Amino acid sequence: MGLGALALAALLPACSAGRDGTDQVTLDVFAAASLTDALWEIGGAYREAHPEVTLRFNFASSSSLATQVNEGAPADVFVPADADVIDLLDAGITGDPVVVATNRLEIIVESGNPQGIATLADLARPGLDVVLAAPEVPVGAYAREVLARAGVRVSPRSLESNVKAVVTKVVLGEADAGIVYSTDVLAVGERGTGIPIPSEQNVVAVYSAAVLRDAAHAAQAADFVRFLKSERARAILERYGFGT
Amino acid sequence: MLAGIAVLFFALPLLGLLWRVPWSRTWDVLSSRSVGRALQLSITTSLIAALVSMVFGVPLAWMLARVGFPGRSVVRALSTLSMVLPAVVGGVALFFSFGRRGLFGQYLDEWFGIRLPFTSAGVVVAQVFVAMPFLVLSVESSIRQLDVRLEEAARTLGGSRWYVFWRITLPAIRPGVVAGAVLAWSRALGEFGATITFAGNLPGRTQTMPLATYLALESDPEAALVLSVVLIAVSFAVLLGLRDRWLGQARPAGAAPQGPAAVTT
Repeated sequence: MGLGALALAALLPACSAGRDGTDQVTLDVFAAASLTDALWEIGGAYREAHPEVTLRFNFASSSSLATQVNEGAPADVFVPADADVIDLLDAGITGDPVVVATNRLEIIVESGNPQGIATLADLARPGLDVVLAAPEVPVGAYAREVLARAGVRVSPRSLESNVKAVVTKVVLGEADAGIVYSTDVLAVGERGTGIPIPSEQNVVAVYSAAVLRDAAHAAQAADFVRFLKSERARAILERYGFGT
Repeated sequence: MLAGIAVLFFALPLLGLLWRVPWSRTWDVLSSRSVGRALQLSITTSLIAALVSMVFGVPLAWMLARVGFPGRSVVRALSTLSMVLPAVVGGVALFFSFGRRGLFGQYLDEWFGIRLPFTSAGVVVAQVFVAMPFLVLSVESSIRQLDVRLEEAARTLGGSRWYVFWRITLPAIRPGVVAGAVLAWSRALGEFGATITFAGNLPGRTQTMPLATYLALESDPEAALVLSVVLIAVSFAVLLGLRDRWLGQARPAGAAPQGPAAVTT
């Protein structure tokens, strides 16, 4: 077993000499699943300026990422969809978390809105199949909060394990409506329609980036977090529907 | 030596899990309402799934073993495909066929008002889809080991095909049927991917133990550990019992059948 672990370690070097002799660094970025598309593009932009840094992304729900970090998964940068998740980390972070983006909730319905849904109250209509994310994941907790603010009681048909599963169920016509991030509605394009939720009922999901205390490459990690606040990164985030 | 490494490979993750289980919280977690509902749903749906697999799987296994027809190997491959398919793929396939907009699902809904997604019936469908092949394979191999002359003798004595199957074949292969049913049941009990994709996740209706475990991992990893141990304990007990009580008998009974009277006792 020990030999196997050594062999694996040799195959997966965290640092190795680059072709031009400079040290290559691999940064492990653990980020909320809703950031997937935007961060891939930001990562590409970052690589142009920093060819010596390789970014390795791990996208999942914020709470499972926290569990993974606590179980010893190597991570340098953590970008959850809910700043409270940072408190769940056993080892904590270096410095303060930096707010990098915001997101809002929206009702997603089938393309063209065949059920004529206009408000959150419509979701309580009998016979309507509504799916939400499970309360264990941030977007599910936010959706509950939004419904509570609107004073609407919904009996969901399913509590999906992540936001993309909610989107899929609605886009494929298995459910009539769901509550997801605005960015998810934008991402499905023509295949779904978004119904905005008024600000007084809506919640703002805040994405904070933090350098983990156990980061193997703290300096590069801090630099990447700074880059997330740059004009270039913000433009990309906005194109994907995030607030910055 | 290599066998020892193989055993370690299976034992170490178990030890790792047991090592971290918060034993003091076990009772709290197990007595919580949501876990009770998940456990109850899991047991009910998996038992129904095993029963359904038996009702349809035994005739299918008999057909595969005893009836020569063109394309038999294709049918066999088709019937056992879900064993090698990732369960999520199975779930997606069910979704596109029996979902509300699915190829057949839209007519189920339109003509009979039956909707499978987001219902306990959908959970059973997902479980049968992944579990039935285990029963079919087990029963088919039992039938193949059975001396075909027994059945032929009964046929020449005037027994109808159905009579022969019911009075001669079925009693002789009982150990294989039981082993297959238990395997199918344990597979249904552990079903995750097809269920969460096809049936969704709603406590009390479609949230089975594996789904509850997965969701608990998001918020309360300790509770997830306790739930995992329950599933492991149940499955381990089943496999242990299966080995000694049924597989052990199946072989002599199948290899040297001494007539239906001897086998049925």
